[in-house]
Amino acid sequence: MTANGWFQIGLFFLLILLIARPLGIYMTRVFERRKTFLDPVLAPLERTIYKLTGVEAEKEMRWTEYAIAMLLFSFVSMLVLYLIERIQAWLPLNPQHWPGVPAVLALNTAASFTTNTNWQSYVPETTMSYLTQMAGLAYHNFISAAVGMALAIAFVRGISRREQNTLGNFWVDVTRSILWVLLPGSIVLALALVSQGVVQNLHPYDTAHLLEPQKVVTQDSAGKPVTQTITTQTIAQGPVASQEAIKMLGTNGGGFFNTNSAHPFENPTPFSNLLEMLAIFAIPAGLTVTLGRMTGSPRHGWAVFATMAILFFAGVTTAYWAEAQGNPLMRGVDQQVTATQAGGNMEGKEVRFGIANSALFATATTDASCGAVNSMHDSFTPLGGMVPMINIMLGEIVFGGVGAGLYGMLIFVILSVFIAGLMVGRTPEYLGKKIEAFDVKMCMLYILVFPLLILCLSAVTVLLPRLGLSSLANAGPHGLSEILYAFTSAAGNNGSAFAGLNANTNYYNLMLAITMLGGRFFMIVPMLAVAGNLARKKIAPPSAGTFPVTTPLFTTLLTGVILIVGALTFFPALSLGPILEHLLLYAGKTF
Amino acid sequence: MRKQIITAILYTVVTTLLLGIAYPLGMTVLAHFLMPQKANGELITQNGALVGSKLIGQPFTGPGYFHSRPSAAGAGYDAANSSGSNLGPTNATLIARVQQSVQAWQASQPQNVAVQANVPIDLVTTSASGLDPDITIAAAEYQVPEVAHARALTEAKLKDLVQAHIQPRQFGELGEPRVNVLELNLALDRLTALAHTPQPVSR
Repeated sequence: MTANGWFQIGLFFLLILLIARPLGIYMTRVFERRKTFLDPVLAPLERTIYKLTGVEAEKEMRWTEYAIAMLLFSFVSMLVLYLIERIQAWLPLNPQHWPGVPAVLALNTAASFTTNTNWQSYVPETTMSYLTQMAGLAYHNFISAAVGMALAIAFVRGISRREQNTLGNFWVDVTRSILWVLLPGSIVLALALVSQGVVQNLHPYDTAHLLEPQKVVTQDSAGKPVTQTITTQTIAQGPVASQEAIKMLGTNGGGFFNTNSAHPFENPTPFSNLLEMLAIFAIPAGLTVTLGRMTGSPRHGWAVFATMAILFFAGVTTAYWAEAQGNPLMRGVDQQVTATQAGGNMEGKEVRFGIANSALFATATTDASCGAVNSMHDSFTPLGGMVPMINIMLGEIVFGGVGAGLYGMLIFVILSVFIAGLMVGRTPEYLGKKIEAFDVKMCMLYILVFPLLILCLSAVTVLLPRLGLSSLANAGPHGLSEILYAFTSAAGNNGSAFAGLNANTNYYNLMLAITMLGGRFFMIVPMLAVAGNLARKKIAPPSAGTFPVTTPLFTTLLTGVILIVGALTFFPALSLGPILEHLLLYAGKTF
Repeated sequence: MRKQIITAILYTVVTTLLLGIAYPLGMTVLAHFLMPQKANGELITQNGALVGSKLIGQPFTGPGYFHSRPSAAGAGYDAANSSGSNLGPTNATLIARVQQSVQAWQASQPQNVAVQANVPIDLVTTSASGLDPDITIAAAEYQVPEVAHARALTEAKLKDLVQAHIQPRQFGELGEPRVNVLELNLALDRLTALAHTPQPVSR
């Protein structure tokens, strides 16, 4: 670990702190439909969209109507994505002439992008046409993020409204998320990324002539060695910057290329790397300020922010430390930090990012439900790789996905308030709202669906040698980590992977599609039920017995509840995966 | 309900046209107008032929060139098939591969150099993308004696060339300092021509 490494981590967090407040206040204005500086351009566009689609912008929706609109939109857009993938061979903008995507893979991908997961079982540069990437995948990057924001705002309205039956209008919230936040942000970010070298074109792939032609020994179909001379390099191209921008800003994380933000055309410089990491956290951090503003308690927003900050620093410190240690099994190599190299565990990492930026990116991308990677998590040290896994297992509430992070965190807030109420023997209250049996039941449903999906499906998969285990790239405890990470990532709608696992099989494509859909929609519905129920309640004035949600005590309690729920649920599984692997690594055992 | 379904369908169509077609095409036009070189991948041409991209690594494995890192992308640096090795830290294949690379590096050092010097870690590990265009300064300096020997250049002259190709941290603080292998080797070829024959990949 170096002083410069810590400086870069500190700088990143400082910038997030500076962005959060103005962005949060701006988003408050957007969702309260007040005036903003972009109105002259966007207001006419907004009206046109409502007119073309028949949206009645002034009509408020009950939580059930809101949920139905959300489910219908998700279903229709998922179906369209599936169709685009299947028929891409006959559509334009396919210069490499890729055939239609096979059915099960197309289903998995459609579920993946609709749920903001962006799990990728395929190699994009050898599977997807430019049109599929633009109009199918990048499009879902916009709308799955906009749906997440709309849901978070609906939840916040549930907290702040008194004795009302409605939570706002789903279509209006989605449209305003897109037009006022995601689209302008993406345009600016895409141009900044192009300035760093992220490509943006519709050309066929280029062919370069290698400076030093390579003789490569491969095996033919009969298993005999064949020597080939390779003289050219095919360089994949595409409309990358436009997709990269919304991929990060919407915490989607689905790469234009197979290796995602490690690919030099997606993330060419340390500055592009910083921009991409800032884009992951910007909106989720801003939403904590929006929460404070919309509920009339800005300090509550900052208390939630503080919990997130504590968990973020715990994660990044562990990951940075673990990766800087290097691999004790490698002999005759120099893994020390010096002025001329970053040292540490460099398998699966890029030289321009080194250790600090790889550990920071891995932490940020799993704190949020982004899932973009700039290094290969599968090749992390056992403890370094456990950090991203734990981040997702805690529910991605450390800033979290766009929208999803905030409503996930608010479920934990309600649980914390409930526990505090039990400790002092009073009816728990949250910002003046009494928390009752129905609310807690729905919160517990939200919290239990998640480990149920992860642990049950991982367990089933481990018991299936031909369907489950044959896809593993690594044996021993690391193999368990690969399976556990896959289902954790899918249920958490993250999308990053221990990518050695060959998930492009019918079994994994189907199981993971089910996990992703369950992890999104089975959790959203109870969440909206809580919001709808809260909106109906009276707001009682605070009394001496009210547990304040603006203090360091609250931040401590909330952090504790998150860690205890996460630890009790997942510690047994983790101890058989990364923790066991760590012990065996230092005992000198390989698999 | 029927009205909601119609809205969902119309909304999908309208927003697809805006976000899936107009936005990426608009950005493509804008990028080509403002930064054409960057939007096309910072391609390098020499004598009218495309020799690569500044951002994408190329394989160099024979004597007389600075070597890139090992690559897990296709047969090595396949820029239409990016990939990491995804081997875990306790994977026996990974450890064996690294030890083989270490031995090859130490064996390839000229006689006058201490053969037991530890190899910089990036030279024996695959990158995340399999297309890493860079090596660390330590890795470039480690290779100076061997390349100097093969090119019949003085080590001092080659060290100067490496120094001139160091990319420092961006804005003085961001990322890690590094050396772009393709650019370094292109400069090396301009310094002295090398009549070479392709060698089999050994690491």
